[in-house]
This record gives sequence, C-alpha cells and structure tokens, in this order.
Amino acid sequence: MSLGRKLACVALGLVLIASAAANWLAPGGYARQYRDATNAPPSHTHWLGTDDIGRDRFARVLYGTRISLLLAPAAALFSTLMAALIGGLAGYLGGAWARMAMAVTDLFLSLPWLFLLITSRALMPLNVSPLVSVLVTFLLLGLLGWTTAARVLCTTAGSLRASDFVRQARAAGLPGSRLFWIHVMPNLKPVLYAQFWISIPVFILSEANLGILGLGVAEPMPSWGSLLKELEGLVSVGEEPWKFVPLILLVVVVTSFQFLLSKQEEVAA
Amino acid sequence: MQSLRWKLAGHALALLATVLLGGLLSATLVRLAPGFDVDEQTLDPHLNAQSVQALRDARHQDHNVFRFYFSYMKRAAHGDLGASLALGQPVSTLLHDRAPLTLRLLTMGLGLAWMLTLTLALSAAWLRLSVYEALTTVVSGTLLCIPAAVLALLSVLWNVPGSLAIALIVFPRTYRYTQNLLVKAYSRPHIITARAKGLGEARILFWHVVPVVTPQLLAVAGVSVSMAVGAAIPVEALCGLAGIGQLAWQAALARDLPLLVNITILVTLVTLLANSGADVIGYVVRGQEA
Repeated sequence: MSLGRKLACVALGLVLIASAAANWLAPGGYARQYRDATNAPPSHTHWLGTDDIGRDRFARVLYGTRISLLLAPAAALFSTLMAALIGGLAGYLGGAWARMAMAVTDLFLSLPWLFLLITSRALMPLNVSPLVSVLVTFLLLGLLGWTTAARVLCTTAGSLRASDFVRQARAAGLPGSRLFWIHVMPNLKPVLYAQFWISIPVFILSEANLGILGLGVAEPMPSWGSLLKELEGLVSVGEEPWKFVPLILLVVVVTSFQFLLSKQEEVAA
Repeated sequence: MQSLRWKLAGHALALLATVLLGGLLSATLVRLAPGFDVDEQTLDPHLNAQSVQALRDARHQDHNVFRFYFSYMKRAAHGDLGASLALGQPVSTLLHDRAPLTLRLLTMGLGLAWMLTLTLALSAAWLRLSVYEALTTVVSGTLLCIPAAVLALLSVLWNVPGSLAIALIVFPRTYRYTQNLLVKAYSRPHIITARAKGLGEARILFWHVVPVVTPQLLAVAGVSVSMAVGAAIPVEALCGLAGIGQLAWQAALARDLPLLVNITILVTLVTLLANSGADVIGYVVRGQEA
C-alpha cells in the first residue's frame, strides 16, 4: 500500500471515529442553543465557536459528518443495487431490453447531474421533518445516481451473456433466472464494488451542493451541506476562518476516498 | 460522405427523441410533485370568487400531463412557449433576456477551463517532471473535492467573475481526462520507439501524440459543455447572476411547470448538440486521418 493510501486510510479512520464518538465528544448535542453566546468565536467551551442562534459548531460538525458519512454509502448501496438490477438484467437479456435500458440511461445522462438533482429535489416536499428531509435527500441521490453504473453493468453483463460458460450452462438446460443469479451476478461483483465506492464521494459532494442551495437536509439536523451554507454570510476569508472547518473536513474525506479509489476506477472503466 | 450523412441523420433523430422525452419527463415530475394543485394567487383576498374560479380552471387544464405536453408542443411549433406561472412573463421573453448572460458565462468559463487544461496537461507531458505533474494533480484533485456551490460562494467572497468559478468547476474534470489520454498515448509502442530513436519532445507531442488524442479530446469537450451547464446553476443562483441557470433554480423552487419544461428542453438540446457536434467533428477528424 502506498504512503498516500495509508494516509487516506488514517484520515478516514480518524474522521469516522470522531463522528461515531460525537455523543461523547459533544454531549450537548447539535441542536442545543447557548443563547448567551451567539456567533461566538472559538473558545475552550466551544472549540469552533457558535452559529447565529448559539449552537455549538463543533458538535454540529461531528453530527453532520456522521449523517453524511452514514447516508452517502447507504445511497450508494441503493443506487448500485438499482444499477445491478436494471443494467445487469438488461445486459443479460440483451436485444430490445438492453436498447430500452440504454435509451433510459441516455435520457438521464443527457441532463447535467446538478440540474437533474436540483430540479428533482425541488419537486420533492420541502416542508418536512428534519429526519424525513435527510431520507428524501439521500434517497433521491440513490434514485438518480444509478444511470452511469447501469451503463457499465449492461455492457459487462452483455459480454458475459456471450461468454462460453454462460452458453454452456444455457445449453445444459439451466433456467434463465438461475443462470442470472448464480452465474452472471457473481461475475458482476468487481464492477458493482467499484461503482459503489465511486458513488460515495460523488454523493457526498452532491449533498453538499444541495445543502448550500437550501435543498438538502432541513434544520436543525446538520449535514456538511447545511454547515457549508454558513459560508454564504461571510464577508472575508480571514474574518472567521473557523467557519471553513467543515469545508476542510469535506475536502480531506473526499480526497481520501479519491486516493483509495484510484484502483476501483480502473475496474469500473 | 454518405456515411457522414447517415451519422448526422441518426444524431438528429436521437436528439429529437431525447429532447421530447426529456420535456415529457420534466412535465411528469412537476405534475406529480406535491403541492402542484395549489396556486398561491387563489388566496389573495382582493380576488372575487369568479377570478379564483378562473385561476382554478386554468390550473385544472394542466392536470393531465399528456394533454398539457401535447398542447404545449402544438403551441411551441407556432413559437408560443407559454407563460411563467411564478414570474408572470412569457417564457420566450424570459429565455431571450437571460440567455446572453449564460452564454457569455459558459463561453468564457469553458474557454478558461480548456486553456488551463491544455496548458497544464501539455506542459506536464512535455516537461515530464514528476514534481510538476504531482503539483498539477494536487491542484486539480483539490478542486475536484470542493463542491461546485462552495466554489461559487468563494467567487462571491473574493469578488471574481462567475465565469472563473465555472472554469474552476470544469477544469479538474477535463484535466483528469486529458491527462489520462496523454499518459495512454505516451505509452503507445510507436511513441516509445520514436523517443528511443531520439526524436525531440516537441515533435513527439505535436506530430504523434496530439493527433492520436484529438478525437477523444473532442468527445471530452462535448461532455464539458454539459458540466458547464450544470455548474452554471449554483454559480448563477449564488452569485446573483440573472441567467438561465438562476431561472432554472427559480422555476424548480416555484414548481413553475411551463418554465421548467422549456428549460429542461433547452438544457437537453444544448448538451446533446454539444455531444453530437463533438462526435461528428471527431468522426470527420478520424476520417481525414484514415
């Protein structure tokens, strides 16, 4: 393992441990308001200061990291499963099914990802409870993020369909469904793993974009997107540099993922 | 020439089908969105019962998404794109007023992004200095890890033009593809042989590498238009620039069906035209080489 990957593993591990230990590191919670200390600078009681309504920013960063790091992989898993079912099945069936699946993916891919995401999210209910908003945001990422993966899987499954062992199994009288689940799907695993890992940083960044535009996770629930929205009120970079901590954390996490994914991308291609 | 005509016809057909389907998809999404039936104007106490009923009737006509889309297409064929529900203006006027700014932003943003990409990627390939390559990779990699909306916010903070923000959003993606293409091209046997025989770096680059990667670079250029259009939404929305991106953002938030359908069709058309254009040019370039 290269030094870069080792560092990436350490960074991701530290961030994961810190977010998992949020209850102990920030026992006050992410929603508690310290009304006598609104917009306070960093101090020994509030390591990253407080926001406009007196909530501890360090606690919000920890809990926000937990939400983003828990749900981005969940959305990635959902989108990968959808891609496996749609792309894998269409590629395995071939012919008109494959062409139809490819036409649908082409339609989705012809729209810029951010445009599609923002439009679809805006059409979902916005005045919902924070927990529902978290689920809606990440479910949408999963629902829209399957197309690229489906394309790759459709091609891979198509080439598997024409392979000798599948032909032999078919000639031996194995039913189509059994052939798909027992012989084709296990061979798609490397591509599925790769697509899953590649989707995570993409979804983390997408959630951040949605959050900044006010379409992400609802208050008071924190996420990297809603935490980065605070940058909107800044007048200069040097004024309150601690507000950049969520951004630095996000860059570190996504960079770590990129380091770890360089091999996965080769598999996915 | 005959095959080029067939290719063009195929592209035109696919483009038309995708654009029509894209419009129908957005219309269906808006129709199914919760709160579609509610019109805030009906709550206006100044309106009498007849006016409220007229507003409800007008809204009711859009209930059947297929009927709405069919009548929209019929009107669009005569140049009438309908009126925005939220902004109360004809859609064609809104698009006409805002298109020049977006076009300028996209042109300048894409131009800057490609200038940066080609300068850095070609110089890295030419110089072959590991430190320089590492530096360019770190810069592009870091930019790749920053959300587009944050880059837009930083451009407001540092008072830099929106086109630069678009360039910085597009650049890391195009740079990554370009660098990969150059690396692959340099590992080709004939280039290794040319280098072993002592051919100059400039000659290798411009005579043997650039012609090989040009068709693929054209494809990346087509895709980069789609990236820039996507980037224009947060940049225009957060920088307060009254372009099509901001309009798309407002239309989505207001669930403005006529406006959203038109913008979706426009965005799909632009991205598909860019991709098809790049594909056809790449085909011609490959044909000339052959």
